[in-house]
Amino acid sequence: MSVSMFDMLGPITVGPSSSHTAGAVRIGLACRTILKEDVKKADITFYGSFASTYKGHGTDKAVVGGLLGFGTDDVRVRDSLELAGEMGLAYTISTGENPRYHPNTVVIDASSEHNHVRIRAESVGGGAIRLSEINGFEVSVQCRADTLIVFGRDVIGTFYSIAKVMNDCGYNIGTLYLDRERRAGDTVIVIETDVSVDPDTVGKLQALDNVIGVVAIEKF
Amino acid sequence: MKISSIESILTGAAHNRQALWQYILQAEFQDSGVPVDQLIHRVEKTYQVMKQAARAGLQEDGKSLSGLTGGDAYRYYKRWQDGRSILSDFNAKAVAYAIATNEQNASMGVIVAAPTAGASGILPGVLIAAQEEFGYLDTDIVHSMIVASGIGAVIATRASVSGAAGGCQAECGSAAAMAAGALAYLLGGNHTQVMNAAALALKNSLGLACDPVAGLVEVPCVKRNGVYASLAITACDMSLAGINSVIPPDEVIDAMFQIGSVMPTCIRETAEGGLAITPTGLACKRRIFGIKEEE
Repeated sequence: MSVSMFDMLGPITVGPSSSHTAGAVRIGLACRTILKEDVKKADITFYGSFASTYKGHGTDKAVVGGLLGFGTDDVRVRDSLELAGEMGLAYTISTGENPRYHPNTVVIDASSEHNHVRIRAESVGGGAIRLSEINGFEVSVQCRADTLIVFGRDVIGTFYSIAKVMNDCGYNIGTLYLDRERRAGDTVIVIETDVSVDPDTVGKLQALDNVIGVVAIEKF
Repeated sequence: MKISSIESILTGAAHNRQALWQYILQAEFQDSGVPVDQLIHRVEKTYQVMKQAARAGLQEDGKSLSGLTGGDAYRYYKRWQDGRSILSDFNAKAVAYAIATNEQNASMGVIVAAPTAGASGILPGVLIAAQEEFGYLDTDIVHSMIVASGIGAVIATRASVSGAAGGCQAECGSAAAMAAGALAYLLGGNHTQVMNAAALALKNSLGLACDPVAGLVEVPCVKRNGVYASLAITACDMSLAGINSVIPPDEVIDAMFQIGSVMPTCIRETAEGGLAITPTGLACKRRIFGIKEEE
């Protein structure tokens, strides 16, 4: 197991809880990254410990702050609920129950001008997060490494063409996760790389025939 | 960094004739690929945030989101300023800064989770007070923080630094171990004394429950940061006096893991046991979350 020096001396974050606040900010940020645009509308549902303590931990402010693009160390997180109105984000907060979910789970249904996404995410401790569902796909994206999430079609050659672009552009594939909704349906491919993938390469992936969308998430 | 034992740090540093911080920094570089000067720069920046948080916590006589905590760092610092504290200047300041940092945390101020937000006051409290009282340079403090991160990394690898996994021994206990080791390094302790200081601090935190009132990182966390800053200083002082932990550091960490794994979930951050379910703790919870008294 590998632990960074900065897991022990960080994250630098607004309080009061690395899991209920810092992790929540990062989840909001990840959602914003996936949308690639300013978030206009977000329906936020808290589960488990998040549901019972979000007010006292400011988890609502944290998620909204992340959706607005504030980092974990941005003091504006404290006032994000007020700032959301000014910045054109309409949000709702509610709570739900699902015993199968991780105790610190939030589901965000978010839209920007052109895009829409529904994610389920978990704050797993110390500010670390895991995206466990994106648009109905079960995934496991930890954002500890630079990550590409590629949505595509489950046909012969989809992954080959992606791997070829990665190879031609000089990127090593560190870890790989691939799943599909059904045979010949949609597929999701999660690729962790050693360094962040440049926008040019992301564009090339995006242009591939059987790729529907690509999201690059830089490691936290 | 990939370091699985305190023993490996000690033998590795001795073998390479390196300071502890050099060995740990090297391990971080090898694992992350980030150049050493960048790593050091980032630690320097982290220390500046620690200082800002402690200072802000002392000045603001504010209340937390819930209203449960606030103003205690100010009260304690004032007692020291008035010359009434019974602790040494260094110790009293460490306590004040530790509380101040955790009060900042409770009011959504910016802090460094070291290793967690709930235990964020202990390491900075000790280090900032040491710098002020003993005149260390920022560079010295940065080196001591690297030592602390190595100790924390071993604890996170062999056990956990999460209250939900191991109770407060994993949070405030780990922070105290990191602070005791960092301080022993600053005060010129040898490699073994540094790690022994960490072992003494952790050992005396074993079994500590995480039972926060209303599930919030406030009661008992804020005051506990102050008390555990003191515990870290005591552990360090004992180690430098030549008092040896009979149980070696790695075994103490393993003991912490074992205790955490058999600790009931009601005292592992769930707010379902201990202080959280005292009549007063429950009343606080009802007040904060606006839950009506059951008829």
